[in-house]
Amino acid sequence: MRIALFVTCLADSLFPQVGQATVRLLERLGHEVTFPQAQTCCGQMHTNTGYLREALPLVRRYVEVFEDCEIVVVPSGSCTGSVRHQHAMVARRFGHEALARRAEEIAARTYELSELLVDVLGAEDVGAYYPHRVTYHPTCHSLRLLRVGDRPLRLLRRVAGIDLVELPDAEVCCGFGGTFAVKNAPVSTAMLADKMRSVLATGAEVCTAGDSSCLMHIGGGLSRLNAGTATVHLAEILASTQDSH
Amino acid sequence: MPYAPRGVGHLRGEEPFPVAARAALANTQLRRNLGKATTTIRAKRAAVVAELPDWEELRAAGQAIKQQTLAHLDSYLEQLENRVTAHGGTVHWARDANEANRIVTGLVRGTGAAEVVKVKSMVTDEIGLNEALAAAGITAHETDLAELIVQLGRDRPSHILVPAIHRNRAEIREIFLREMPGVDPGLTDTPAALTEAARLYLRRRFLSARVGISGANFAIAETGTLCVVESEGNGRMCLTLPDTLITVMGIEKVIPSWRDLEVFLQLLPRSSTGERMNPYTSMWTGVTPGDGPQRFHLVLLDNGRTAALADPAGRAALHCIRCSACLNVCPVYERTGGHAYGSVYPGPIGAVLSPQLTGVEDNASLPYASSLCGACYDVCPVRIDIPSILVHLRARHVEEAARARRVPSAEAVAMAAASWVMASPARYAAAQRGASVGGLLSRRGKIRRLPPPLSAWTAARDAPAPPARTFRQWWRLEHGDPDDRE
Repeated sequence: MRIALFVTCLADSLFPQVGQATVRLLERLGHEVTFPQAQTCCGQMHTNTGYLREALPLVRRYVEVFEDCEIVVVPSGSCTGSVRHQHAMVARRFGHEALARRAEEIAARTYELSELLVDVLGAEDVGAYYPHRVTYHPTCHSLRLLRVGDRPLRLLRRVAGIDLVELPDAEVCCGFGGTFAVKNAPVSTAMLADKMRSVLATGAEVCTAGDSSCLMHIGGGLSRLNAGTATVHLAEILASTQDSH
Repeated sequence: MPYAPRGVGHLRGEEPFPVAARAALANTQLRRNLGKATTTIRAKRAAVVAELPDWEELRAAGQAIKQQTLAHLDSYLEQLENRVTAHGGTVHWARDANEANRIVTGLVRGTGAAEVVKVKSMVTDEIGLNEALAAAGITAHETDLAELIVQLGRDRPSHILVPAIHRNRAEIREIFLREMPGVDPGLTDTPAALTEAARLYLRRRFLSARVGISGANFAIAETGTLCVVESEGNGRMCLTLPDTLITVMGIEKVIPSWRDLEVFLQLLPRSSTGERMNPYTSMWTGVTPGDGPQRFHLVLLDNGRTAALADPAGRAALHCIRCSACLNVCPVYERTGGHAYGSVYPGPIGAVLSPQLTGVEDNASLPYASSLCGACYDVCPVRIDIPSILVHLRARHVEEAARARRVPSAEAVAMAAASWVMASPARYAAAQRGASVGGLLSRRGKIRRLPPPLSAWTAARDAPAPPARTFRQWWRLEHGDPDDRE
């Protein structure tokens, strides 16, 4: 299958390894990955901060860049959520009904990574090898906007060598919330403190999730404390093999 | 449409949410009480909701009834007025808090009573009725145990359903010893002893009160029946013992028919207290000669509700049945408590309701008091999509603030700049290359301090340093030059 990658602006700029892992993983599974280079950002930060007019050109860009693609993969639950649940709304707010319809069409072919693997490609065992103690944090938008459910866990359980441990209070938000982390930094870090406590209680070496943003938040806190637990995106774990170790 | 007026009632805080939250976060007692209470009630709710195989259908029904009601609110309200009047009650229309306070104060004065007993009610807190009565020389006695604790402690409610959730029993004992006339000086802090003290105190008020004041959970248009649900029975005392009963209700509380009550009486207790059924459900229709209050007044309050109704993207906040399930699951509320929201309506629902009643600019920080995690939407018994309304109100704030300012805010400038950059792949790639100088700030791939406003991030978290190569640079190296889309 020919799969277009929407890498997200965050992974592109700060976590290129997440995009690289997504490419490596899908190519290993026998698919062709394309990267339309005119892509930029889904506009979620603008939308969720109330700057819908500023989000509009980014919605248009996403639609124009990806509407000819058969299928799009995104290594992020929240960016997928924005494409699926906000793009048409933003277009309609400014009276662009035709754009809204186009946005809905491409949104229906846009998948978060674990959705693509399990629902579209039918792959749960992706042939990964990752000999570490890992705990999984279900990010809010993958959980409650996309309803990915246990798809990421089903993928992780099939990884060879992994010691997967359950995260207590897993479904509680880590406190990131985009600009919330800056506008309400004290509340955000209070939530982070509890999330880190849960992560550290598992004794895991690695906390994983399907969103680089939430991982940047949790990982930034753990790093500041020199807590000895790292954050690694789900794509990176699924892309790991015996050879890469 | 007019908003709820300033200078009366409790819909606006004195400080923006982030400032008020900072004080709350430092209150260790509050953090512990809230954590414990919300964890317990979350588990109870989840257990009783899981018992019902048709829970999702019930939620959809609740939502549909509320949508139907709001779409024809004018005719349901007139029907309600007609039925209440036909059954011997008197209906008053109050445009806002000031009018409602004036009406109620006048009614109490007319009875000659100097004291009233009150059923727990959000709406009378919203309009500041107790203060208005006090200014007229009338003492209002809160009779809900938690509201009594709040009132005696000269405090504010911090939760819709559990107004004293921020207090523990040692604090309650101290408040009773200090403020409750005639209390046993040997009072202990066991729940039974505290409850008995409140019982003795309240019983005297119930037996002497000539006027009772309540809110309403539901009002049935087709019959003119009012409905109050509660747990203690103290509400039942207030609703049945006094000679005069005055009920203040927001206009959105009306429901079309008896049949609709069946849906809400399943949704409400399971969502709020985690009970299959609440202990007391009181219903009355006008006046029943020789039984209960012989004079009944219904005050229908707008106070910004019509303004909320006028906003198609925000009006679903008026569906709220005040169960407080969204407060109990909210990770922000759990850590800050209700006072930080500054309004009698705290938590996620407060963050979408208060700004719509007051105008967004009077509560501009509230729509941002959420990480948009969505837990509130999942538990809402009438399916209010709170995260989407929060985003909508943020957009309203941005638009209204832009109109009000001649010079755009720093944030607006930054957002416009980011949009301009991201709208073009060439500018975007250039900006990425520019950001790579951020690597100069880093040590071993981590940035420990960033300039404002991003210093709020690095105060408690490291930031990742920009990598040597962005993804798109790596892709070009691996796959050659841009494809034909550029």
